[in-house]
Amino acid sequence: MTPLLTLSWLVPLVGALLLLLIPNRDGSRNATVRWLALLISVAAFALSLVIWWYFDPGSAEFQFVERVPWIPAFGIDYYVGIDGISLLLVVLTTFLTPIALLSSWEGVEHKVKEFCVFILALEAAMIGVFLSLDLFLFYVFWDAMLIPMYFLIGIWGYDQRIYAAIKFMLYTMAGSVLMLIAILGLAYLHSEATGSYSFDLLKLYTLQMAPETQRWFFLAFTIAFAIKVPLFPFHTWLPDAHVQAPTAGSVILAGVLLKMGTYGLVRFAFPLFPTAAAEFAPWIGALAVIGIIYGALVAMVQPDMKKLVAYSSVSHLGFVVLGICAMNVQGLQGAVYQMLAHGVSTGGLFLIVGMLSDRRHTRLIAEFGGLKSVMPRLTAAFLIITLASIGMPGLNGFVGEFLIMLGAFRWDPRYVVGAGLGVILSAVYMLWMFQRVYYGEVTHEENKTLPDLRPREWAAAIPLCAMAIVMGVFPMLFLKPMEPAARKIVEQVGYTQPVRVENGDPHRTSDKREVVLNVQH
Amino acid sequence: MFNTDLDALIPMLCVTLTALATMGTEAFRGRSERLPIGWWGLIGLGGAALSSALLWNRNVVGYGVIVADNFGLFVTVVLVAIGALTIVFSSQVVHRDGIPAGEYYALVLFAIVGMIMMATATDLLVIFVALEILSLAVYVLTGVRRDSPKGSEAAFKYFLLGAFSSAFFLYGIAFTYGVAGSTRLEAIGSFLSAQALSNNPMILLALGLLLVGFAFKISAVPFHMWTPDAYEGAPAIVTGFMSTGVKVAAFAAFTRVFLSTFEPFSTQWAPLVAWLAAATMILGTVVGVAQSNLKRMLAYSSIAHGGYLLVGLVAANSVGKAAILFYLLAYSVTNLAAFGVIALLGARDRDNDELRDYAGLWHTRPALAALMTVCLLSLGGLPPTAGFIGKWYIFSAAVSAGYYWLAIIGVLTSVVSVFFYLRVVVMMYMADREAGLPAPAAIPGVGMAALMVAIIAIVYLGVLPTRVLDFAAESIATIF
Repeated sequence: MTPLLTLSWLVPLVGALLLLLIPNRDGSRNATVRWLALLISVAAFALSLVIWWYFDPGSAEFQFVERVPWIPAFGIDYYVGIDGISLLLVVLTTFLTPIALLSSWEGVEHKVKEFCVFILALEAAMIGVFLSLDLFLFYVFWDAMLIPMYFLIGIWGYDQRIYAAIKFMLYTMAGSVLMLIAILGLAYLHSEATGSYSFDLLKLYTLQMAPETQRWFFLAFTIAFAIKVPLFPFHTWLPDAHVQAPTAGSVILAGVLLKMGTYGLVRFAFPLFPTAAAEFAPWIGALAVIGIIYGALVAMVQPDMKKLVAYSSVSHLGFVVLGICAMNVQGLQGAVYQMLAHGVSTGGLFLIVGMLSDRRHTRLIAEFGGLKSVMPRLTAAFLIITLASIGMPGLNGFVGEFLIMLGAFRWDPRYVVGAGLGVILSAVYMLWMFQRVYYGEVTHEENKTLPDLRPREWAAAIPLCAMAIVMGVFPMLFLKPMEPAARKIVEQVGYTQPVRVENGDPHRTSDKREVVLNVQH
Repeated sequence: MFNTDLDALIPMLCVTLTALATMGTEAFRGRSERLPIGWWGLIGLGGAALSSALLWNRNVVGYGVIVADNFGLFVTVVLVAIGALTIVFSSQVVHRDGIPAGEYYALVLFAIVGMIMMATATDLLVIFVALEILSLAVYVLTGVRRDSPKGSEAAFKYFLLGAFSSAFFLYGIAFTYGVAGSTRLEAIGSFLSAQALSNNPMILLALGLLLVGFAFKISAVPFHMWTPDAYEGAPAIVTGFMSTGVKVAAFAAFTRVFLSTFEPFSTQWAPLVAWLAAATMILGTVVGVAQSNLKRMLAYSSIAHGGYLLVGLVAANSVGKAAILFYLLAYSVTNLAAFGVIALLGARDRDNDELRDYAGLWHTRPALAALMTVCLLSLGGLPPTAGFIGKWYIFSAAVSAGYYWLAIIGVLTSVVSVFFYLRVVVMMYMADREAGLPAPAAIPGVGMAALMVAIIAIVYLGVLPTRVLDFAAESIATIF
């Protein structure tokens, strides 16, 4: 059998290495390099579609599994496989990468070759994160991904880029090294229990752990992921990184990187430590709701469009985390759907803000106004994406948020009150921004001559707008393949979750969850 | 071969002979004649590597005090690699900096002899002799640029403090001899495990004194005071050599003495070493953050790396022992390559080792900047590099020995260390060169080739570490 999964991350990586060989010191081959990079990323996208084509949507098992011993002394394997959830995230990654490359077609002028190399290397590492079933392999990809992102922000970013790049790197690393300790601890516990080290996720799922141990390990994993998501109050790196990153960096950062945090929660933190997860879920859910409202409120008052979109991410990712905490099929499916939807819509927002910024070299809302009459096509694209981001029915954001709220309602209705408030607020800040930028009179003389969408901008914007509509109208296309996997994770976390009666204090939320599970079976 | 006693000494003898040849040639060469003296050392080092390979798994003992077991041979090979890289880098800078070539190469080779001896010795006195051989050579190397006041100061400081610590070490040997009646490690070990001596003040004193002696050589906090000055004052390539070679040799002896001979006393020394490790990791990284001189920064970073190695020693399980060996190799190659870059970028009148000298290096020397970045990422412990696997290995040893707190300190200090390694990367890639700074020199092909070899090794160890991990595990099995 063709090792499709290995190919899916090797294609961009090898492509990146080949690009390195093209001599381009003086920038004379920039065009060649750009086209080649685009070609490679499109090939990777095509490959991920092939994987989707052959993917069996009815199965909850990991598919296309490849396993080769890597460091046998420690039970470390090169072990990859995908289920419905990771499949869709891989497709999201490969879908957004060509768009990211297109978005910087003109914005990045110096060191084009290196830029493309880093984007492709980043893509390879991100795909690797979603494929890994071995915790060691996962950690390698997880950390390796930081390096290209660091360079992308630090070299091609805006004024405060160095500060933002270092902050991004250190924040993420500080979280992930604690996860490293927990991973080592898990492998050690496995060797205690069975006599041999193992980093095999599926084996570690079945590991029995004392509640106390679970609690520490769960926290170590969750903090690492919470920083990545970012969950309130770990979000302070995000506005800096997003605002300072070049457009392509922002698109990938918001579109894919943040999802690695929520993916980590779904794949690792919750199923590995179900008891601790049940215990902490109410707290994490509360932080998620705080993040939803806080992110929205802060977004509302931002003078800078990019910063506004960045804070809106904090808010939207709060929904995802809430859906995960609910840990029922609706909530989880909604969470995964929202991850995809957010990737598309926020990717789109950053893309178009980037286009405005390329034209005017400013992202301040006050510098614009009345753009509708100057650039109607760009306005239309932005409107679609804005409405998608708000969660208007018929567009992608609606499905995810609706499912999340449904799931959260079955878990604990109190959270939904806060989340619902967040939905309203998101309409407020997005539409207000839209109004100030696009409606009214053209207040700045230099805005009158701005060009509308150019062909390569069309090429970047159309797939995103189309995807926003497709995901809104045909949600089953995406919900179906992920359903068995989501159901399996819910069962995995739910089954082993004890009703907390042993200390004489039956917890309300846990009881509720039991009821939900009983309904499902 | 004809004499098994001598067999064990062959790696050392190979290096000694070339060292003597180097010295002899220097004495008899014509005044204006320039000979490729440096390269001769490579022949001896090649011989040492080859003979180590032949001695593998044979466990030959030489005259009762030198043992060519797999542990010693593994370390020998690491030392050979260090020596070879040092000589190749040196060949690019010795002439440029006006360092007397004959003395320089002879001293490097003699230092390596001392290091190999230290790693293979099984008698405390022989360890001491080895320690002195390598120390004296390194003291001189530190001050080899006689016209540099900084260098002389560094050499003098290093010498005084080094002599002081040697005295501690010697006292430790004396007390051990007083209790156990022997300086042979094996005899001491069997004596200690046979008697219930755990509260004997004499032996605890001896243990403490030996610990101080070793701690000085590996520059563990609080015995690290000499390190930053000595590292900054010495020529960059010598700093690279002593921050790796001396550490490797000292750690090999440290491991041998404490994990085999003094194993019965591990409950006494392990907590102490654990605190040393914690203090070393924390101080090395925290003070490293504040440095603006690259050599000084790497000096503090090498202190911190000593701390990680101590974690492996504390863990003291089979994983930890093999981890020490792997980490020594990974660290040596990486650190030496980083210092190689610094050395190659220097000039006769200017060391070019301030952080700002690296500003914009990417624009003028992209390949060199990329190589340096790999080194720094490896030192910071990021995948897919040797440093990552090394740290992974060390911390998994700590976790499986139950030292979660040490592992947590270890990973958190690595994050802090990444901060200062990244400062260099920021300089190279994201900052513009100040006006008035000389453009970085062109790098000769040989230096570039050596760097490439080191980088390939770093990535190889980071991606496919299995073979070397197995070797490390195998070699550690012979002595414990």
